[in-house]
Amino acid sequence: MFEKMILQRRDIIIAALAVAGVLVSQPSVAEDTSSPGDATWNSLKGDVFGQRPIGNDGGIISIEAPKRAEDAAIVPVDLRFNTAKDQRIKAVTLIVDENPAPVAAVFKFGPDAGVTHLATRLRVNAYSYVRAIAETEDGKLHMTQAFVKASGGCSAPATKNADEAMANLGKMKLRVFSSKTLSSTSMTRVTDMQLMIRHPNNSGLQMDQVTRYYIPAHFIQGLTVSQGDRLIMSMEGGISISEDPNFRFEFDAKPGEDIKVEAADTEGKKFENEWPVATSSL
Amino acid sequence: MIRANRRDFLKVAAFCSLCGTGAAYAKTGAAGALPVKQIADGVFAFAGVPAMMNGGNRGEICNLGFVIGEDAVAVIDSGGSVAEGRALIDAIRARTDRPIRYLINTHMHPDHIFGNGAFDAEKVTIVGHRNLRRALESRGDYYLESYRSSMGAELMQDIRIVLPTRLVAAVEELDVGKRKLTLQSWKPAHTDNDLTVFDQKTKVLFTGDLCFAEHLPTLDGSLLGWVGQLDMLRAIEASMAVPGHGPVPSPWPDALERQKRYFDVLIGDVRKAIREGVPMMEAVKTAGESERGNWQLFDDYNQRNATAAYAELEWQ
Repeated sequence: MFEKMILQRRDIIIAALAVAGVLVSQPSVAEDTSSPGDATWNSLKGDVFGQRPIGNDGGIISIEAPKRAEDAAIVPVDLRFNTAKDQRIKAVTLIVDENPAPVAAVFKFGPDAGVTHLATRLRVNAYSYVRAIAETEDGKLHMTQAFVKASGGCSAPATKNADEAMANLGKMKLRVFSSKTLSSTSMTRVTDMQLMIRHPNNSGLQMDQVTRYYIPAHFIQGLTVSQGDRLIMSMEGGISISEDPNFRFEFDAKPGEDIKVEAADTEGKKFENEWPVATSSL
Repeated sequence: MIRANRRDFLKVAAFCSLCGTGAAYAKTGAAGALPVKQIADGVFAFAGVPAMMNGGNRGEICNLGFVIGEDAVAVIDSGGSVAEGRALIDAIRARTDRPIRYLINTHMHPDHIFGNGAFDAEKVTIVGHRNLRRALESRGDYYLESYRSSMGAELMQDIRIVLPTRLVAAVEELDVGKRKLTLQSWKPAHTDNDLTVFDQKTKVLFTGDLCFAEHLPTLDGSLLGWVGQLDMLRAIEASMAVPGHGPVPSPWPDALERQKRYFDVLIGDVRKAIREGVPMMEAVKTAGESERGNWQLFDDYNQRNATAAYAELEWQ
């Protein structure tokens, strides 16, 4: 559903371009330097959530993003989930309204993963709302948003060092930050972890100026993080996730069990890695 | 054919739509050659203003120049608008009738290449780093779109992305008639398509944005790559430099020193933050801060540099 949505929207954009024979031109990008209204979102939400009602965040989810996208290719965004509420969050959809492919990612969390914090990095093409919509176990949707101004100057949402990105394709790095908090159950520890994957995460919206064909998109479309047999989280990703996808998250870890990561990109390449997590580091 | 017609139509439309301000533009267009100065025998350069590109400065923020040989002229960067490119051609024509044979783009950024379209009638060969074409293909449309609000529709409507037609793999010479220029493609540094131009006769070095003086360097390639190539850059035995931004000319290699210190501070601050687990969003607020007083446009670019540096250094 999610992928289909992206492709359709891209197909539409590409088809329109082919007919008009002009360069990409999203009218919403240019002139408005003030905060835009909800027009883009209103035209978008039906594609993503159908007719489902979307409530306010209700203290369940909060978002933090810089007011200005300093580097359009790397905009950090921070999500926090309030687990004190009765309802567990099943999934979070991250959206950048004004990007060519607005759905950046859909994250799903394992039933006992206890994820309370998730940070990642986005490409932000224009002055845009960045939204996070949480789905709780009762099926209700809760939305929070932050407005991000586009970067000034020559920063572009593109790969900085294209050869390097390809040379290290699929390389992963996992960092575990020690955590002092004990979780509610004695078997687990609240753990702060960071997962990094080398990948250009190409947009595919770049055009070969000679052939006028689009260079195919190449990005991480699926990612799963698990510990032992437990799912911590999964992600269906799109091109609005930055080059070298990066996720920092806090969850309930079981000391001694390995962390396993599986990822797949749009060219069908699979990347896997496993890390023993020493009891001492948790 | 169709293209030319369409452009002509746009030009006419632009002229008509300007009216009031159009008269002023037309006047500076005729008599408003870009104020270049001669810095060595046959070598001319223009000093851009230390600012962000906007309609008021016509995008004239980077340094650029030209070298006159016995047969032809080579231009180094075309400026941040077609208007600037045309004013540059006027400046050349005020000094020589020799044909403009080469337009060299030192890298992909709009302030250096938005003027390329002004050279259409000059039958130039546009020369760039081996990666320049790819870089512009993936950014060109975005650049055109994202500068519209700051530059204004009037300036933007003439600006197109004109790609290089000759790519430099490593080191090549261009001959403009009893005068040779050495073109060198660098590994990723300021961008992944940086090219320098060295005039063998006067030993003037056009650094492109591999050297910033007074204007804070901006990072859009590889910080470690940039730092790692500074010694090679410094080793070029130039008489003086035209940095991408900053005083024209600048003493060489002294012009590199302040930039080197900034990079060292930034790398130190960012590495410390990464080691201590400080998240990117927090780290970029303070990294490099002690260098604030030493630079123009610090607030415009330092956090961005810190962001890019963090993403790069995290992999070490």
